[in-house]
Amino acid sequence: MNLSVRYMGLDLKNPLVASPSPFCEHLDKIEQMVSAGASAIVLHSLFEEQLRAESEGFNRNLMAGTESFAEALSYFPDLDQYKLNRDDYLTHIQNVKKTVDVPIIGSLNGVSSGGWIEYAKEIESAGADGIELNIYFMPTDPASQGHQVEQLYVQLVKDITESLMIPVAVKVSPYFSAPANFLSRLDQAGSDALVIFNRFYQPDIDLENLEIKADVLLSHPDELRLRLRWAAVLSPIIDADIAITGGVHTSEDVLKSMMVGAKVAMMTSAVLQNGPGYFKTVLDGIIKWMEKHDYDSIQQMQGTLNYKNVKDPAAFERANYMKILGSWRD
Amino acid sequence: MARPVVTIDGNEAAAYSAFHTNVVIAIYPITPSSSMGEHADAWAVQGKKNIWDTVPQVTEMQSEGGAAGAVHGALQGGALTTTFTASQGLLLMIPNMFKIAGELTSTVFHVSARSVATHALSIFCDHSDVMSVRQTGFALLASNNAQEVMDLGLIAQAATLEARVPFVHFFDGFRTSHEIQKIEELTKDDMKAMIDDDLVRAHRARAMSSDHPVVRGTAQNPDVFFQARETINPYYDACPAIVQKAMDKFAKVIGRKYKLFEYEGASDAERVIVIMGSGADTVQEAVNCLNSQGEKTGVLKVRLYRPFSIKHFMDALPDTVKSIAVLDRTKEPGALCEPLYQDIMTVLMESGKSAKLIGGRYGLSSKEFTPAMAKSVFDELIKDRPKNRFTLGINEDITNSSLDYDPDFTTEPDNRTRAIFFGLGSDGTVSANKSSIKIIGLETDNYAQGHFVYDSKKAGAVTVSHLRFGPDPILSPYEITKASFVACHQSSFLDKYDMLKLADQGATFLLNSIYGPDEVWDTLPKMVQEQIIQKNLKFYVIDAYDLATKVGLGMRINTIMQTCFFAISNVLPKDQAIDLIKQFTKKTYGKRGEAVVQQNYKAIDAAVDHLSEVSVPSSVNSSIGMRGSMPDEAPEFVKEVTGEIIAGRGNDLPSSKFPVDGTFPTGTTQWEKRAIALEMPVWDTDVCIQCGKCVLVCPHAVIRSKVYDADKLNDAPSAWKSADAKWKAFADKKFTLQIAPDDCTGCSLCVQNCPAKNKEEPSKKAINMSNAETIRPQERENWTFFQSLPDMDRKELKLNMVKDIQLLRPLFEFSGACAGCGETPYVKLLSQLFGDRSMIANATGCSSIYGGNLPTTPYAKNHDGRGPTWSNSLFEDNAEFGMGMRLALDKQVEYASELIQNLSGQIGDSLVKEILEADQSDEAGIEAQRDRVQKLKDKLSGIKSPEAKELASLADVLVRKNVWILGGDGWAYDIGYGGLDHVLASGRDVNVLVLDTEVYSNTGGQMSKATPRGAVAKFAAAGKPAPKKDLAMMAITYGNVYVARVAIGASDTQTVKAFREAEAYPGPSLILAYTHCIAHGYNLVNGLNQQKLAVQSGYWPLVRYNPLLAEEGQNPLSIDSKAPALPLQDYIYNETRYSMLTKSHPEEAAKLLELAQEDVNKRWRSYEHLASMKYGEAESE
Repeated sequence: MNLSVRYMGLDLKNPLVASPSPFCEHLDKIEQMVSAGASAIVLHSLFEEQLRAESEGFNRNLMAGTESFAEALSYFPDLDQYKLNRDDYLTHIQNVKKTVDVPIIGSLNGVSSGGWIEYAKEIESAGADGIELNIYFMPTDPASQGHQVEQLYVQLVKDITESLMIPVAVKVSPYFSAPANFLSRLDQAGSDALVIFNRFYQPDIDLENLEIKADVLLSHPDELRLRLRWAAVLSPIIDADIAITGGVHTSEDVLKSMMVGAKVAMMTSAVLQNGPGYFKTVLDGIIKWMEKHDYDSIQQMQGTLNYKNVKDPAAFERANYMKILGSWRD
Repeated sequence: MARPVVTIDGNEAAAYSAFHTNVVIAIYPITPSSSMGEHADAWAVQGKKNIWDTVPQVTEMQSEGGAAGAVHGALQGGALTTTFTASQGLLLMIPNMFKIAGELTSTVFHVSARSVATHALSIFCDHSDVMSVRQTGFALLASNNAQEVMDLGLIAQAATLEARVPFVHFFDGFRTSHEIQKIEELTKDDMKAMIDDDLVRAHRARAMSSDHPVVRGTAQNPDVFFQARETINPYYDACPAIVQKAMDKFAKVIGRKYKLFEYEGASDAERVIVIMGSGADTVQEAVNCLNSQGEKTGVLKVRLYRPFSIKHFMDALPDTVKSIAVLDRTKEPGALCEPLYQDIMTVLMESGKSAKLIGGRYGLSSKEFTPAMAKSVFDELIKDRPKNRFTLGINEDITNSSLDYDPDFTTEPDNRTRAIFFGLGSDGTVSANKSSIKIIGLETDNYAQGHFVYDSKKAGAVTVSHLRFGPDPILSPYEITKASFVACHQSSFLDKYDMLKLADQGATFLLNSIYGPDEVWDTLPKMVQEQIIQKNLKFYVIDAYDLATKVGLGMRINTIMQTCFFAISNVLPKDQAIDLIKQFTKKTYGKRGEAVVQQNYKAIDAAVDHLSEVSVPSSVNSSIGMRGSMPDEAPEFVKEVTGEIIAGRGNDLPSSKFPVDGTFPTGTTQWEKRAIALEMPVWDTDVCIQCGKCVLVCPHAVIRSKVYDADKLNDAPSAWKSADAKWKAFADKKFTLQIAPDDCTGCSLCVQNCPAKNKEEPSKKAINMSNAETIRPQERENWTFFQSLPDMDRKELKLNMVKDIQLLRPLFEFSGACAGCGETPYVKLLSQLFGDRSMIANATGCSSIYGGNLPTTPYAKNHDGRGPTWSNSLFEDNAEFGMGMRLALDKQVEYASELIQNLSGQIGDSLVKEILEADQSDEAGIEAQRDRVQKLKDKLSGIKSPEAKELASLADVLVRKNVWILGGDGWAYDIGYGGLDHVLASGRDVNVLVLDTEVYSNTGGQMSKATPRGAVAKFAAAGKPAPKKDLAMMAITYGNVYVARVAIGASDTQTVKAFREAEAYPGPSLILAYTHCIAHGYNLVNGLNQQKLAVQSGYWPLVRYNPLLAEEGQNPLSIDSKAPALPLQDYIYNETRYSMLTKSHPEEAAKLLELAQEDVNKRWRSYEHLASMKYGEAESE
């Protein structure tokens, strides 16, 4: 049985990819995920704000109180060099590459060009097989218009893809007025894959302290539906490969993702809940299902239920919506 | 071969030579020498190697005495060993110095000369320290500038190996030690050529070894000691020639020529000044100038002061000399004259030279010494009857010893840029100037010099930078008085400091102001406008704050102002300068991440575009005056002395204005209105629950509260705020929370600690920070009114409650500590609870600096005129100093008790009985006793007997007093530990408060034994490998010492309880107070939160050990905090002192974190075990 797929120009032994999670920060966990069957690893993200805050904060804290008082012109020994998060990240890529033999995809999370091209290049030089660009921008400013936001994304993708030799995937949110148009433009801007969809971390309220509480909710299988629809719609109309992320919890979820045209399905929440070995469970389920349903390869099923191939494309549009509502009433 | 050119200060130059020519370095921090050790330590951590291609071992000791002992031992072990020190530190080395010299051991101690504390401590320069070691047998070699420091440091090392006489190589502290100069760096080959390895091996061969054992350090008796002592004479006789030989070799290898006594001036000079140290370069400038005008003067610079060579001196002195003045930078009260003068007198006498000889003192505690002053000495030498034993640069109007001088006399050449920058420590002005010196010094053919003057306050510290650039070598070791460029980086200085007094005619004036070129003129004080017009200044303005804020640099305007300086000073072509600033920015900040570099690039690029020249009107239109002097109600002394020092005119005060014994009035910070806060807290009467937590933690005692009768409101200012008092006992009264608007530093710890939330606007609390400028005028009125309200009667308050403590008047206020300081809330609490009966012994360190540094001091008095009385002895002896106070009190109480009993017939038995048996355990008891003592005094005034007189002078001690011994961890854990241990063991009733910042904060964050495992500190650049000493546990083992660990941010109630129990305990008490500190590397706004995390993680368990409980059969140890509930890393990695290790040594950081967590777990288990032990009956079973 052939489980192999091709994603953003990389040959993968199966469509199960580990998406960014705290597991990706640890070599032993990565090894366990790979031996359980993960066909590629998207590393945890290098955050733009984190890098900026680290650099500025580190500098500010080292400088605080210096050159003010004659007896204490500084408060720390100034050493020759420091290993910042970026350096750690690059070393991590190198170590992961040495440890496992599946493709390693670096991840950058940010919103501005500037230093990003430099960071992306460094990730490339460190040996990453690809880069996933996680564009995370909350347009809370009422003056910022939709087309401006879209243009920001497109330009960023263009700048980075033009600077790199390795393939670039772009991870986006579903919150665009015209996703098909917008994602096509990202495709044209040079992205080799589109990862749908980003799950924004949504803050909660701490009633006791009247404060905003930042915590993370793991994904729920229901979230897959949104991804399935848009993968079905997009896969026939864009060149870039589609990866589904968010709500992939079972082998059935992976199979569905393949059917609507995704090249890979990415898992985080289910793996965090069940441990790195969970990849094997899902993979076994896929094989079992394929055997039962007599499929020879994954590629055989990819896109078979996409917008183009499905008998009733309207099922992915409004009619389907009405039908679903109807089914609920029944 | 061309040698590298570097721009470094004297300390780095000394450390460079020392590091490369030694293998063991034993150090201890002391200003201004600390950075020599810091450089050596940092280089060792970086793996830099010396001339034998090995990395020297650098070890911090617990005191200078310890460092000297370690040096002595390492020398006996055969290692080439050095140390760095100054002032009291050098004095602590004296016993070992006698030994080292007595044993003819080769070594060099590098000393940045500093005043020895007498009537006052001073961190600044004179030669009282090095003059105190004349008798030890060490050679004394003086360097006058940074180049000489590097050169003579090496020459001393070469000479000591051959001569076997140990050397003190010294240079002037804070002038040469900190002045940045462009100098030529010696290469390893240079140093190798100078150091004779055969002599090194000979040194090693003389060392102790069990393979060829010897005994050294015998005890000798009257029969032989004397003769044996004289055996060294040939070595001292030979030493000067050996030093000269090393100097000659140096000239051959490197090119620069030195002599034991360097003469500069006319070969036929008739008047000569003999001087040692940086002042010699100043005299040389005067000599050059005077001689160019046809005078015949000269300067004889003394380099090798000990062993003194008459021959070399006489060889250097021109035969034509008719009169000589000797200048000493030290004072020896009671001596016939100062030491150098006396030596020269002996030289002239013994050599039969006839010349008029006078001597004088100059430059004590870095008092400026200028060519004008040198000229006044030459002028004096012409006179028939010149003044002898004179003083220079001051107005000594008691014995009238001073020489007058013409301040307008200058020797500065025209081709030199002379720039002065006024800035704040926090705005980065000094950093920018240090970078400019590097740019000019390293990238152009120009010479460069930088000298920096710092504030005595840590919050809102003002800095003044003096920079000189020019095509010729620059000596000029004195401040600029006629600047070609004056920059004011803070417009708030305009009406505070007379900056343009220092501007030369036609100079450039650069101002950072929020006002543009068309508006700024009208915002200037009248005097500034006048000076700009009269001196024909070119005037530029930039809004650097706006620019810095836009690019995210906040307050740090350094690169913007630096760019402006280059853009208008013409020191370099503008584009080249900008390119170089960027290169240096990358070099400085690059290792801290690209984001910082980019921020600064943006600032640099934008700076030039925003710089504007102001078109200067031809007439003055301002009526703005300079900020006023002291208010009328200030005491005379404050007006005449303190006020003048605050105004920057301290240099002009004559001697007669000062107390003769260093005694000053307390409570003077109230008169220094600094108004440094940009934001201040504003009280929301509706949200406030009147808990007092803001008042408790305010480090500067600027938030106060009072409860008062409602009728007082009739006279309140219009903006006055009040609320109904939320106390059952004071239900009919009003409550007001008031800020002292000119004393707040804007640290916002109060807001952080406020537990109340505004329900309508949850981001707000009961106090919220607001723009200070806007509210200051109304709050000034309110503050004045607040002060007029009466303080609460202490008897009506519950002193175990934070809510009530807020109503106690702090007797420690407005100190110059860092904004957000973690120490001062504890000191303030002490002053509130017990200050009216306190005697404080304060170890040298942060608490003695904010506690006792002029111009104004924070310990204050209450409405009865009572308050803490405070003194600082030394760093190392504070526990003993405090115990001495206790001994005095105890004896006086005993004596007074004896007297009162003897006089009971006349005084009345009942009063005597009441006094002797008074219960003084609470405020009511204290007050009653005060009344009784007053009655006693009244009665005594009518009794005419010597005993009554005696008793009257002692009666006040019958009101119970407390002795507090305050200091930091450097004192308590390290240098003063032996004494502290002894005092704790003594059983005497003293209270020790250790403000534990876990590093030597005052000298810049060096490791102490309180430094926790895994934290980075100076001298522990790779993280401290050993755990923190558990001083609490060590004291607990005595069994009769009250011990507490407190953290006011974690539990204010426990802190208050511990303070009260400690004071009440009739034996020794030790409080270890967790103290957040700027040296921990995070925004101090989060200090109290870090205290909470320290406790929650179990790192800092809150405990109290009360021996009285054991006497009652209870376990004396209470653990007042919960078991560790937070991984240690969640606490420590918020602080740069820990997190930087994860960036510099990640593997080591991980290892040390694991060990540190284990430390926490183990300590908790052992405390828990002790606290669960059964006492009383169970124990006796």
